[in-house]
Amino acid sequence: MIRTRGLTKDFVTGKNQAVHAVRGITLDVEPGELVAVLGPNGAGKTTTLRMLTTLIAPTSGTAEVAGYDVLASPAQVRHAIGYVGQGNAAGHVQRARDEVVTQGVVYGLDRQAARRRADELLDALDLVEPAGRKVSDLSGGQRRRLDVAMGLVHAPALLFLDEPSTGLDPHNRANLWEHILRMRADRAASGAAPMTIVLTTHYLDEADAMAERVVVVDHGEVIADDTAENLKAGLAGDRVVARVAEPDVARFAELATNSPGTRAVRVTGNVVDVRTTDGPAAVPGLLRAAEADGLSVATVAIHRPTLDDVFLALTGRSLRENAIQTFPDGQTVSTGKAAA
Amino acid sequence: MNTLDTTLASPPSTSGTAPAVPTTAGPRRSFARDTAIVLARELRPVLHDPFSVVFGLVQPLFFLALFGPLLVGSMGGSGGIGGDVWQWFVPSILVMTTLFGTSTTGSNLQLDLQTGSHERMLVAPLTRSSLLVGRALKEMVPIVAQSVIVVLVMIPFGFELHVAGAALGLALLAVLGVGIGSLSYALALAVRKQEWMFWMVQQTLLFPAMLLSGMLLPLETGPRWMQVVADVNPLKYVVDAERALFAGELGTSTVAWGWVAAAVTAAVGLAVGIRTMVRTTD
Repeated sequence: MIRTRGLTKDFVTGKNQAVHAVRGITLDVEPGELVAVLGPNGAGKTTTLRMLTTLIAPTSGTAEVAGYDVLASPAQVRHAIGYVGQGNAAGHVQRARDEVVTQGVVYGLDRQAARRRADELLDALDLVEPAGRKVSDLSGGQRRRLDVAMGLVHAPALLFLDEPSTGLDPHNRANLWEHILRMRADRAASGAAPMTIVLTTHYLDEADAMAERVVVVDHGEVIADDTAENLKAGLAGDRVVARVAEPDVARFAELATNSPGTRAVRVTGNVVDVRTTDGPAAVPGLLRAAEADGLSVATVAIHRPTLDDVFLALTGRSLRENAIQTFPDGQTVSTGKAAA
Repeated sequence: MNTLDTTLASPPSTSGTAPAVPTTAGPRRSFARDTAIVLARELRPVLHDPFSVVFGLVQPLFFLALFGPLLVGSMGGSGGIGGDVWQWFVPSILVMTTLFGTSTTGSNLQLDLQTGSHERMLVAPLTRSSLLVGRALKEMVPIVAQSVIVVLVMIPFGFELHVAGAALGLALLAVLGVGIGSLSYALALAVRKQEWMFWMVQQTLLFPAMLLSGMLLPLETGPRWMQVVADVNPLKYVVDAERALFAGELGTSTVAWGWVAAAVTAAVGLAVGIRTMVRTTD
């Protein structure tokens, strides 16, 4: 469905100065995949998406989208893909339903078919009530669902979502995804070709929960590409975080370093943070060894890894430092603050 | 557990019927069809909210109400204006309305550039030129509607109406408006990275263009250099042609020059506008 080879994009910023926004992305996406492109702001996610959707031309490299080259056949690519950009697709002075109908006509439906299709989509996306209102009067969540309706009007086999849930509260975010996944499932149930979805996000939990495959991008390059499960197990591992009496910290860290499966040990104050292959298996032995040495261990917590741990393992930086974190931190507590 | 996981745990309900997958026509595009789509979309807010047309008349009506009487008092009966000041001034106001309305229309595109709805049109399979031409053609509708209102308002004040000339006068304004509107859109695209520039350029050009067209006061009373500069201002020829048309002259050379000026403005505007639209990629 998507095939890129060495895709790059430079932006000229001044005399003999260029920003290398994308530095050679080679990526294959098969039909039916749901892929999240994850990375911090400025990593090149959106620039890559803009090249794949024919909005900007690559500086070098090739990209084939839905079987067409983005440079040679932009019209075919545009016809084949659905696109939900970062902004709002519907004009603010327009009425919601009119915009969906217009979008249908743009993609080749006749007026009547476009109206029927618009009503189906507005119904499916829970937008029947505000359909007659001006777009500027819609709530943020409604506007985002309207964007999705417009992106899906021609039932594209490939849908691009550029930071679909940025600016939405957790409730609206969950609601948006419920709709997107249901329409994808409905499409599969109707026997049509499976819908491929490529989304960019800097929300870790979104990539983790939604995507079947996560492509981690940093500084314009793909630095990891696998399922979230494999990335977490392979790159990050579990974390064992222990609070130890001040005089015992050094000795405990030494024991942890020698414990089987340990990959890295980090000490912050009286907290010892151990990265290990299998946390639950490592803790009993570690505690026995600590007791044998007479060390005083106050608390021990085991954390399953998050994609942030993956990013940290890959780059030495945390994604959370530069991403606005609005997701409730559910399955793990991965910061020292919460353990204190 | 966070909200997203909870949602996923319970499979999304499939109570709604699966939207049928429509088959769409291939990517063969017709410029005329695309232009019609863009035009219809641009007209929709005007039709839904006709008051916006009246709103565009506020400034020209101020000139009529607050400048017109001064003109009557100071210039009435003099050679430059002729016997009836309204017969001279109302066509000016029509050109002014066209100028104000169409030179600011780029700000509508600015809004679409900001919100992302222009980007969506760029990703959609529409011919690039239709995005400009459809918008430019839409300008005709408010121009004609506003002009009709101005003329109807002025008839009770003794404005004499020659129907055929008036109809041709409106058509002439419509052609002019397509040109100025296109230039305004081109300007909006050109300064999309510094939006404030749009208003600076528009305001800087608006007043010289207006004063050097003989719209407010006759150029004949001005110095020679002003007349020379005005001679290359297409608006001057359109203003003169409008006065002739509204006086019932249909086939004079003044009228012909007005058509030439409006047509040149439209051709240049569309060429610049289409070029800018096609070349603007980010």
